[in-house]
Amino acid sequence: MKAAAVLGVLAVIVALWYCAAVWLNAAWTYDQAARNGTEVTFTLLLTDTMAQERPVLPPPHQVVAELWKGLTAYNITSKKSLVYHGYVTLVSTFSGFVLGSLLGILLAVGIVQSRTMELGLMPWAVISQTVPVVAIAPMIVVLSNSLGFGDHLGVSNALVSKTIIAAYLSYFPVLVGMVKGLRSPDQMQLDQLKTYSASEAQGFFKLRLPSSVPYLFTSLKVGIAASLVGAIVGELPTGAIEGLGARMLIGSQFGSPIIVWAALFAAAILAGVLILIVRVVETVVTRNMGVRV
Amino acid sequence: MSLLLGIGFWLSCWALNAAIAHSRFANRKSVRIAVPVLFGLAILGLWQGIVTGFSVPEVILPAPSSIGAAIGANLPILWVDFVQTILKGALTGYTFGVAAGCFVAVLVDRVPFLRAGLLPIGNFVAALPIVGIAPIMVMWFGFDWQSKAAVVVVMVFFPVLVNMVAGLSASDRMQRDLMATWGGTYWQTLTKLRLPAAMPFLFNGLKISATLALIGAIVAENFGSPTLGMGFRISTAVGQLALPLVWAEIAVAALAGSVFYGFVAAMERAVTFWHPSQRGR
Repeated sequence: MKAAAVLGVLAVIVALWYCAAVWLNAAWTYDQAARNGTEVTFTLLLTDTMAQERPVLPPPHQVVAELWKGLTAYNITSKKSLVYHGYVTLVSTFSGFVLGSLLGILLAVGIVQSRTMELGLMPWAVISQTVPVVAIAPMIVVLSNSLGFGDHLGVSNALVSKTIIAAYLSYFPVLVGMVKGLRSPDQMQLDQLKTYSASEAQGFFKLRLPSSVPYLFTSLKVGIAASLVGAIVGELPTGAIEGLGARMLIGSQFGSPIIVWAALFAAAILAGVLILIVRVVETVVTRNMGVRV
Repeated sequence: MSLLLGIGFWLSCWALNAAIAHSRFANRKSVRIAVPVLFGLAILGLWQGIVTGFSVPEVILPAPSSIGAAIGANLPILWVDFVQTILKGALTGYTFGVAAGCFVAVLVDRVPFLRAGLLPIGNFVAALPIVGIAPIMVMWFGFDWQSKAAVVVVMVFFPVLVNMVAGLSASDRMQRDLMATWGGTYWQTLTKLRLPAAMPFLFNGLKISATLALIGAIVAENFGSPTLGMGFRISTAVGQLALPLVWAEIAVAALAGSVFYGFVAAMERAVTFWHPSQRGR
């Protein structure tokens, strides 16, 4: 029933999309016809709006065709291949995600352990997210270029700046989730550890950390989506020529909407796959920790 | 020398913070404000100390004092950029996006087929990098603020929709049955029970999208913009290595973002005062 409803709604969306494509692309068809002095028949209108070079709104099959071409037609190391661009974005997404998650977890541990950190840092963590990261992005690019972190680490400076931007966006959900998770053991459980005369460290590693795992995974799913947004946004001011964000920029500069839409769909697929991977890891880890679903 | 001063300032702020955070006044409202303010001041002091101490060139990192001077010297520029990006781009888009999200949510809630079909899609789309539609919107609506507002509308729409639909089913069976026994119509139940019950969820979505709105408005300026706007100014000023101006824009963006978020949070406190998470404040 649910699958049928989803498919039904999807079908309606695709149908609406086709109608919108005819409607929005019609102006160009009429324009061309007036210039050539020909009559626009209904069938011409339908066929022409479906296959324009630079449509206002490309119909779904053009986008899918471009996406398919980008994914399969070229060698995956070619600059035309969406697999290549997707890989470039994936690398910075992943490195930013790892850095951001580690930062989030460390800060969360600090906040749970220290009252000063909690009062002083937590409001700034919230404020850091109200600062639009894209405003800082060009700054980070300049900084990582002039400081040359990448040269020391043996990677490109563009990767460093994209990683920092992705980490900036993804650390916050992890921080909030981990603080909640580390505080989730109730007083009864804490008291019981006290009766076992457990040390502070034992309480942390044997009780707080394991009970935070479900919260951690929930926020990792949000974090990896945010990290992908960061990686794409980070490609825009870097003047990058590779990556899905750069692909969108190129498509918009050459006035070719089909390229932009294909890159957008590639990014959507990437987001879906990444969330799926986190979900699989979650299932494996929680099952090994003894959670029965 | 100034490096030592900076570090000393930072350490003393930290010690003071630790002292008042563990004192018996720790739960007073003034302490809750003072501690983060001191924390921020400490960072600024350390920053100033490091920059002057190591004489870091301005093209790498300007000192807070020169950023302050840049803010003072460029107030008119900062103001027109603020109007263009925040007021015209982000706020217009935010208003329309939230209105559309709420409206569609009520519609979706009315039709079970839509709720079953549209919600998983909405959830999925909410996790996508929607900023990617920015180039498309710039192609459709031109370079001015309308295209930025359009990007913001789409970015804001899905979080609001998903949260509002969840909120509309937040009232429990018993409460809805009670409305039915009083002979309440659909609209009476909606306005008197279900919409108020949905408010905590709605504000959750509003807070998420408050930050998204600013991101969308600034990102869209990377794909074409008239010669004003915060995103435009930042990217051109970086090109001219006018870094104090860049940081001044960042400071304005940070301030605008925080005020915007704070305003939504204050509205939340006023509207959902009855909710357990807001009580006892």
